[in-house]
Amino acid sequence: MDNQLFSGTGSLSRFILRRDRIRIPIWILSFVLATVATAVAFIGLYENAQERQAIAATMENPAMTAMVGPGYGLANYTSGAMMAHQMLLMTAVVVGLMSVLLVIRHTRTDEEEGRIEMVRSLPVGRLSNVAATLLVLFLVNIVLAILTGISLYALNIESMELEGSLLYGAALGATGMVFASLTAVCAQLSHNARSAMGLSIGILLLAYIVRAIGDVGSEAVAWLSPLGWIVRSEVYVNNIWWPVLMTVGAAVILGALAMYLNSIRDLGAGFLPARAGKTHASPLLLSPFGLAFRLQRTGFIAWAISMYVLGASYGSVMGDMESFFADVDLMQDLLVPMEGFSLVEQFVPTLMAVMAIIATIPVLMAILKARGEEKNDRIEHVLGRAVSRNRLLGSYLLISLIASFVMISLAGLGLGTVADAVMEEGFDTAMAYQAALAYLPAVWAMIGVTVLLIGWLPKLTGFIWLYLSFSFFVIYLGSLFQLPEWVEKITPFGYVSAIPLEEFDWLQATVLTAVAIGLIVIGFVGYNKRDIGS
Amino acid sequence: MTILKTTGLSKKFGDFAALDGVDIEVGKGEVYGFIGPNGAGKSTTIRVLLGILKATEGQATIFGKDVWKDAVDIHKRVAYVPGDVNLWPNLTGGEVIDLFIKLRGGNNKSRREELIRRFDLDPSKKCRTYSKGNRQKVALVAALSSDADLYILDEPTSGLDPLMERVFQECVREAKAEGKSILLSSHILSEVEQLCDKVAIIRQGKIIEKGTLKELRHLTGTMLLVETKEPMPNLAEVKGVRGIEQKDGALSFQVDQEELDHVVRYVSGFGIIRMESAPPTLEELFMRHYEGTGTGGAV
Repeated sequence: MDNQLFSGTGSLSRFILRRDRIRIPIWILSFVLATVATAVAFIGLYENAQERQAIAATMENPAMTAMVGPGYGLANYTSGAMMAHQMLLMTAVVVGLMSVLLVIRHTRTDEEEGRIEMVRSLPVGRLSNVAATLLVLFLVNIVLAILTGISLYALNIESMELEGSLLYGAALGATGMVFASLTAVCAQLSHNARSAMGLSIGILLLAYIVRAIGDVGSEAVAWLSPLGWIVRSEVYVNNIWWPVLMTVGAAVILGALAMYLNSIRDLGAGFLPARAGKTHASPLLLSPFGLAFRLQRTGFIAWAISMYVLGASYGSVMGDMESFFADVDLMQDLLVPMEGFSLVEQFVPTLMAVMAIIATIPVLMAILKARGEEKNDRIEHVLGRAVSRNRLLGSYLLISLIASFVMISLAGLGLGTVADAVMEEGFDTAMAYQAALAYLPAVWAMIGVTVLLIGWLPKLTGFIWLYLSFSFFVIYLGSLFQLPEWVEKITPFGYVSAIPLEEFDWLQATVLTAVAIGLIVIGFVGYNKRDIGS
Repeated sequence: MTILKTTGLSKKFGDFAALDGVDIEVGKGEVYGFIGPNGAGKSTTIRVLLGILKATEGQATIFGKDVWKDAVDIHKRVAYVPGDVNLWPNLTGGEVIDLFIKLRGGNNKSRREELIRRFDLDPSKKCRTYSKGNRQKVALVAALSSDADLYILDEPTSGLDPLMERVFQECVREAKAEGKSILLSSHILSEVEQLCDKVAIIRQGKIIEKGTLKELRHLTGTMLLVETKEPMPNLAEVKGVRGIEQKDGALSFQVDQEELDHVVRYVSGFGIIRMESAPPTLEELFMRHYEGTGTGGAV
């Protein structure tokens, strides 16, 4: 290896492992445990082939295909086929997210903080940091793949044989690797960590959406997305290895591209152009609210567009669903239509729940920015001037509340308008919008919990992401396996009226909103009492 | 008139006492130097004064108001420059300056332009591209262009070049001439000596020495360098003489202020060839407090 370029890669890799000696094992264990737990749950829930076949019939529709990927082996829906169909893609997306977060952390973030500069001043190669980061990430994903594969096989479930189990793990690992490399490329393109992360997560979501469109509509489109490749490994059904190997190959090529880009740029620079700056601030910036909004403007707009696109992509499959249901008599029997509702309408609450939880991400990011500013020691510039703590935190809260309304609305309208356009019978857009708005009180409750944490337990604000993930898990899996009712009641998303199937429950919504307000008020009290600082 | 006053100010982080009974008092039109090594408690004191940290015990008032309860009112008349200036990477320096001026509630365009020129700052660049010194300039321009009554400056020159340091000192003198008060935390002792009327030295959260520069100088002594025709064998036994060192055939030593007359008379008896005297520096005072204790932190 070229000493000038790669010297010290080994030491840097060990250093990265040392820095993340807790973070990385937690990620890996979470994936292994969640996968094993789901597999065990499937076995418990569907005891025989007949029950599995019944669920297979309900899965065989475009909405489910858009959400979890194409179903293979639906004719003989073994536990393994079910696992690969319902869990592989979703888990793979989260593995991709892990790679994005870890790569940005060790590339652009370190560069922005000036730590790469210190490392580069030592006898270390120019590419060593990128190389070490990718090396560690590849290693992490390989370990993840092997552990997941072996654990699944060790469950000793009949349809989950060794090869399929290893392929399941490999598909997850390959996804992690390709997104690690993609993120490394994004880290070279953008000037800073924030936009590099936005770009990477954007590509991850785009890959998911392109695959959804492809899986439902055209096979060729699905091949444009690496997530489309890995689901085509037909795990536990035909066990096709080459799509996974192709993904690993793409990871290696993209990794090489990242290193090439890294080698031709200056430290601290990026390839995407930076705009010339203003010498004076616009009047819109000149308030705590203006500042808080300005800091998040790009992300806010990107999320708003993504939410509409997400809603629209679900909406676009509604037309296919309609014709699908019309064709298959079996479905008519299985999903007993509720009085007055079309089968398509019956899918609205499930889709809306998933979208509402995704829409909560930018909402929480908006309020957590207040804590991020504190950690970066920038909040003292504002509090050191004539700005009260209430006004400061209130500004971030207001943005968060605006975001909740905007994101949920766009998701609902995206679904409604596009569904109306593609369906022959038409679709009630107003109903979809109401179904979306019904989630607002739950989102506000999540804001409330976050404000409470910021006010009283600022070091534990990250807990809210765990809570949101838990909510997603419960709501998403709850609809798949009928988890006990009380589990859903641990999250605010369990207290939402399933419009159009249920009437809007004013009392429930009012109580949830009152809880949210209560939590926010308590959070503000704490924020006014505590020390500010990291 | 007292602008800023703390009495028995203490701050604990868990078991660790960051501040332990800090008493300082800044009068109107005074430049008050606050010196001490890194980690001694300078920034913690300032953060308490800004109402960002809540004091565990003791009182702190600015303009006669409580720094915690009336923070917003106080801040309308205070300008602050933090020691470590972290700015928003995607805003330009000009935008940040405008924002800071507006958040304090003032608006002085001509002063802003003048200071940007004097500090030689390019306000059109994004903060991400600024060096430490340039980020400090942004904070200084924002603070100095505001019409405050009290300036709290936490190591404001640690990243500035000597040229800009001089501009900074001019600005401080101008502010003082206008009757403004300044609390200047620093570990650059020459700067404090040149600018400050009063000084407090903090170590491990305690104020160990304070007073006017003149008073503090009494605590050390004058440095004398003397070359005589005849040797002075018993100089070490003369009252008030400390730290004798041989230097180029001459003797250099420190003389306590009150013994100066007596020592000079003694020395003159040996036939003076050369005699140089230097005022005591803050550095010597400072070193005396920190040397040998081993626990004061690095200076």
